[in-house]
Amino acid sequence: MSILGTRVLRTEDPRFLTQGGRYVDDVPLEGALHVVFVRSAVAHARLLSVDVEEARRAPGVVTVVTAADVDVPAQAPELPMVTTEMARPVLAAGTVRFVGEPVAAVVAESVAAAVDAAELVAVDYDPLPVVLDLEESARDEVLLFPELGTNVAMRLPFPPSEDLFDGCEVVVRGRFRNQRVAPGPMEPRATAARWSDGRLTVWSSTQQPHGTAAGMREALGLSAEQVRVIAPDVGGGFGAKDGKYPEDLVVAWLARRLERPVRWRETRSENLVGMGHGRGQLQEVRVGGSRDGRIAALRIDVLQDCGAYPSLGAFLPFLTRIMAAGVYAIPRVECTARSVVTNTTSTTAYRGAGRPEAAAAVERAVDLFATEIGMDPAEVRRVNLVPRDAFPYTTPVGTVYDSGDYPGALERLLEAADYAGLRAEQARRREGGGARQLGIGLSVYVEITNGVPGGEYAGLEVRVDGSAVVRSGTSPHGQGHATAWAMLASDRLGIPMERIEMVFNDTDLVRSGVGTFGSRSLQVGGMAVDQAAVVVLDRARRLLAELLEADPADVVVDASTGRLHVAGSPAAGRSWAELAAFAAERGEPLAADVDFQPQGATFPFGAHLALVEVDTETGAVVLRRLVAVDDAGRIVNPLLAEGQRHGGIAQGAAQALLEEVLYDADGNPVTSTFADYGMITAAELPSFELVPMETPTPLNELGVKGIGESGTIGAGPAVQNAVVDALAHLGVRHVDMPATPQRVWTALREARR
Amino acid sequence: MIPAAFEYRRAASVDEAVALLAEGGEDAKLLAGGHSLLPLMKLRLARPSLLVDIDRAAGMRHIDERDGTLAIGALARHQDLATSDLLRARCPLLAHAASLVGDPQVRHRGTAGGSVAHADPASDLCAVLRCLDARMVVQGPAGRRTVAAADFFVGFLESALGADEVLVEILVPVPAAGHGWSYQKFTRRAIDWAIVGVAAVVEPSPEGIARAAVGLVNMGPTPLRAAAVEAALRGAPRTAVAAAAASAPEGTEPAADIHADAEFRAQLATVLTRRALEEALSRC
Repeated sequence: MSILGTRVLRTEDPRFLTQGGRYVDDVPLEGALHVVFVRSAVAHARLLSVDVEEARRAPGVVTVVTAADVDVPAQAPELPMVTTEMARPVLAAGTVRFVGEPVAAVVAESVAAAVDAAELVAVDYDPLPVVLDLEESARDEVLLFPELGTNVAMRLPFPPSEDLFDGCEVVVRGRFRNQRVAPGPMEPRATAARWSDGRLTVWSSTQQPHGTAAGMREALGLSAEQVRVIAPDVGGGFGAKDGKYPEDLVVAWLARRLERPVRWRETRSENLVGMGHGRGQLQEVRVGGSRDGRIAALRIDVLQDCGAYPSLGAFLPFLTRIMAAGVYAIPRVECTARSVVTNTTSTTAYRGAGRPEAAAAVERAVDLFATEIGMDPAEVRRVNLVPRDAFPYTTPVGTVYDSGDYPGALERLLEAADYAGLRAEQARRREGGGARQLGIGLSVYVEITNGVPGGEYAGLEVRVDGSAVVRSGTSPHGQGHATAWAMLASDRLGIPMERIEMVFNDTDLVRSGVGTFGSRSLQVGGMAVDQAAVVVLDRARRLLAELLEADPADVVVDASTGRLHVAGSPAAGRSWAELAAFAAERGEPLAADVDFQPQGATFPFGAHLALVEVDTETGAVVLRRLVAVDDAGRIVNPLLAEGQRHGGIAQGAAQALLEEVLYDADGNPVTSTFADYGMITAAELPSFELVPMETPTPLNELGVKGIGESGTIGAGPAVQNAVVDALAHLGVRHVDMPATPQRVWTALREARR
Repeated sequence: MIPAAFEYRRAASVDEAVALLAEGGEDAKLLAGGHSLLPLMKLRLARPSLLVDIDRAAGMRHIDERDGTLAIGALARHQDLATSDLLRARCPLLAHAASLVGDPQVRHRGTAGGSVAHADPASDLCAVLRCLDARMVVQGPAGRRTVAAADFFVGFLESALGADEVLVEILVPVPAAGHGWSYQKFTRRAIDWAIVGVAAVVEPSPEGIARAAVGLVNMGPTPLRAAAVEAALRGAPRTAVAAAAASAPEGTEPAADIHADAEFRAQLATVLTRRALEEALSRC
């Protein structure tokens, strides 16, 4: 029986539970110096002077550097369509553009000495006008880069079709804010670097050590052989940890310049202003159709907040556009976007990255349409879903969905949640007229995983003792790759999981790699392991066939004994150890290196239902139930997949209800501690009701898609729709996220007027 | 998250702490559980030159009853209050409110005295003690004095405690037998400070309400009493509650912040006062 699809416990956990993790800050580095960054206290200003003299003389200080000292080039994003002219200096040069931008780096013998000395750096600012609002930025009145004459960093221009809504009986408009949120990993950013024997070693809390190494190489002008990047245990990333932030590059530069190990770990407050933020879109949405529920046309115009310097955030609307049709067979769909800079922290990838924004826009639009024509939102969805026999399905924006069964997902959901029963209970509450009203929110979603195309590397070798070693280019930081990849290799080879050593996260030990983001790892990294195992097994079969003078096609693996033999004659077989020894004798170890290239991106989908209770007197929202159908193709390990769904749903619900990065009118961040930033906790969440569903993709042999972001993409719109639904009978048509008590109460008051 | 340099002294007794504070002058600060002071120091928003650590001083963690008054040592932890059989029986409002402070770590380290001395208007205990007409026993170089809660909280994060004084004990008159109580804490998350909170104690009469006391959390720079509500309910029938609660915001000066504007806080005060009174009455 195959081990795949079974609930194998995480092999990573015993070490975490008995010894604890080992993060960058735990890596012993004798004689290491500590870096503390002096950060801009002003959102937009010319730097008249940065006086570091007093700080340089402070006790324990080795040096203090500013932009004038550090010869690392300004960093521009390498992204299609995004301007490279708004490059970010690693330390602010001449102008600061957001509060928190590093202005100087203090290097000292202890963190305490560095923190004290950082206070002595005197920065003289000449304030400039601040632009925070996206529409204001788009008017190009206050410019962050005056020499360019515009704040727009990327355009996705598709001229509006004048006849898009022709023939529609009903057209509804919406204006939705998909607010800026903070990734908030438990381990903040951390980097340590050592220069020795002409070689740079960097310990980085990164999701992509090979990408970090490439960034270091380029920034510091080093060769590939000169850079080694190690990601020890990484305490979460959620898309925002690429190990190539300006701080990372300055730390590495300092280690080389000073020829002493250097380390840096940011504080939580630094993390909340220094690490990239997620989301940050203003969406103008129009949806049109007929009163029988059919949607004929949809248009989404996106204004994306890049923050002060375009980074991956500038590119997010591209992913939003790819998913602009959602799960619906809408004949006409258009999506345009502009990404603009503002005097705020740069935006980047965060769990879902562009697709939760698409799902939120589409799912809110469908609910607005349903309310307008007086039809149940489940029924409107039923009428418009892409039928199950339509795959592969090409949407009007040109995206090709590989496989799916959206009606199946919706029906499973409605049944599991007892939708009819919930509506009846809601009607009773409404009739009762009490303060606490029920809201039922639906979302049916589809998303793209491994959407930025790329393959992944895996190496697999069977050693002469019969154990195996697997090297993978993915970069696990909580996902459970060590467990899942060992399951894949064991399933092919019949070598027990505990005899399979997993190697990740070290550019010296793993030949190449892309990393872990965009829910890509299983469908490319897992597939690479699987294919490497296939190659090794094939070699072993041929070896055994040669030894026994048999046909390789007749050789089978006996997983119970870990031996290979000719079918029907188990006694004459060989163990993996014997075969590995034989192969080694011949100078051809039982090993394979595979660079797996996927046929294309895959499209996981699902349907979520949220039940909320809204207190109409206080605006308080309590999430009572969250029922989720998430179909990510074949599931290798349900335990791991459920973990991903749990975390994803929590973060989706968090965006809908609590989390929002805020600035005051001068551009000062006002959510730079976890006391102010409303990161969700278990106390605010119910136990999730997870409904299984597996529709394999035809695009890879395992039939797998990605599941890391599904929960976030599905849950956010469901919860937001539920809040609006609870208040619909009182005249409320929309509440922006997060649905804070203040916002809910204000919406109710405005509706009553 | 490293505080600026400071001197550290441990006091074994209140007398010693008072002497050390006098020595340290204006920039000396008393340290107990540290759950308000240390975060401020780590963010460098507070920079005391001297910390006088009173956390291990003897005889300040008691919770007992003397002559109809509950006496709570300033070093009693929130958790001590929350789990005290005496408080649960004699003043359940106080035990319940303490059980809602922060999170388990805060409740196990943070002290009742520290919370009161910090005088945060968003604190649960401050408004509850104000509602219960508590008195603070304070020791300074000139000896001990007792300050009523009404006089103790004088401004935002400002109490009547002198720089050289130590809060020693909190005295709470045992509420009348048969009283009803409620604490309504309105937060975004379980671990958050109250956006608004309302504490209520109601003494019933055969006709309805003999007397009601209502404390307001985060409705001004100090913990407040809803005087207009209390006046409207003195000797009133139970049916008077909703109308009386509408005057809860009277005389308050709620701040606007990222969680709520002043108008919304007034709305919350009204709703939570009504709910607190209704729940208190249901317990009479």
